[in-house]
Amino acid sequence: MVAGTEKTTDAPWVAEMRRIRDDRDRAAFAALFGHFAPRVKAFLVKSGAEPSVAEDCAQDVMVTVWRKAHLFDPSRASVATWVFTIARNRRIDLLRRDRRPEPEDLTWGPSHEPDQSEVVEMNQETERLGAAIASLPEKQRVLIEKAFYGDLSHREIADITGLPLGTIKSRIRLALDRLRHAMR
Amino acid sequence: MNSEVRHHLSEELLTAYAAGALPEAFALVVATHLSMCDECRAMAESLDGIGGTLIEGLDGAAMDAGALEAVMARLDDAPAAPIRVDRGVLPAPVRAYIGGDLDAVKWKPVGMGVKQAVLKTSDSASARLLYIPAGAAMPEHSHRGMELTLVLQGAFEDDSDRFGPGDVEIADDEVDHTPVADVGADCICLAATEGRLRFKSWIPRLAQPFIGI
Repeated sequence: MVAGTEKTTDAPWVAEMRRIRDDRDRAAFAALFGHFAPRVKAFLVKSGAEPSVAEDCAQDVMVTVWRKAHLFDPSRASVATWVFTIARNRRIDLLRRDRRPEPEDLTWGPSHEPDQSEVVEMNQETERLGAAIASLPEKQRVLIEKAFYGDLSHREIADITGLPLGTIKSRIRLALDRLRHAMR
Repeated sequence: MNSEVRHHLSEELLTAYAAGALPEAFALVVATHLSMCDECRAMAESLDGIGGTLIEGLDGAAMDAGALEAVMARLDDAPAAPIRVDRGVLPAPVRAYIGGDLDAVKWKPVGMGVKQAVLKTSDSASARLLYIPAGAAMPEHSHRGMELTLVLQGAFEDDSDRFGPGDVEIADDEVDHTPVADVGADCICLAATEGRLRFKSWIPRLAQPFIGI
């Protein structure tokens, strides 16, 4: 947290994302970089990238975080989840040389913001999801990790069952309904 | 976004999409379906959350000295690009592959009024748009691997069910099927196949090497 600015939420990094989006705040970005850039680099190394390549790509991912800050929706994802999607797409581009088709962008637009309660609830759901994954039997957890590091084919992924998604899906579904309503 | 979707993507496909394991052509069908179906989109974004908790839990790998300064030098102070909500006839992911909307599709006839346009993806699977005139049938075909067929406009029926806008049919190996478009309107589908399509009647099969289906 950067001192002197209002703390609008308990969800980690959401306030920094808002300052990056609204004020192009470089101090907020530096804080985000310090937390996420090394994690993105580690993710890419675990996915099979050479460290020097992972370094360059982690830098690219952080530039994308800055450029696409206005597309981040804290009622549907944690900042970590959103950073993951950018890192994953960069990995596909890098290691497979495939394009990554993404669904159409959905955004709240300048006149709408998600409710603060939704942001707080999404943060709670994300924490619950993390705890649920941590408590899985090791064999299953390792399989899920392998899948997300790109070590399993889509046929092998079909064997992964019982993902502990809990109520996060219905929470995101509600957020999408509200967003669709706001976009009308 | 279409709230009438009855045939959804499987959890397996959505998990593979979240993990980044799908061939490009299949990922294109998934991304297009997600643009039309909030139910599956909520599932896909939940699965992204698994990747988020994974990243959050990692011990970071130290960045090079000067990495932050190098990245800062690349940042633009201009406000983020304004959000354009550009609606088209075709969903945004498909338009990105065509480089335009429906009127920019370069259709090629494949016989009996059916037209197709192959979309350029990596070789591991192929994607195409199919145009089936109202009431007409696709030439009967089978295929070696999985086939996904997503309805973008109109509707078709085959031996298993009826499929309307946003619906996706997941067909496995060796399913022989003959989709027939509804009489009411021409049907436009986005299809992805692992193997090459194989037509059963001999005339389309003879033509197959020439039309690239």
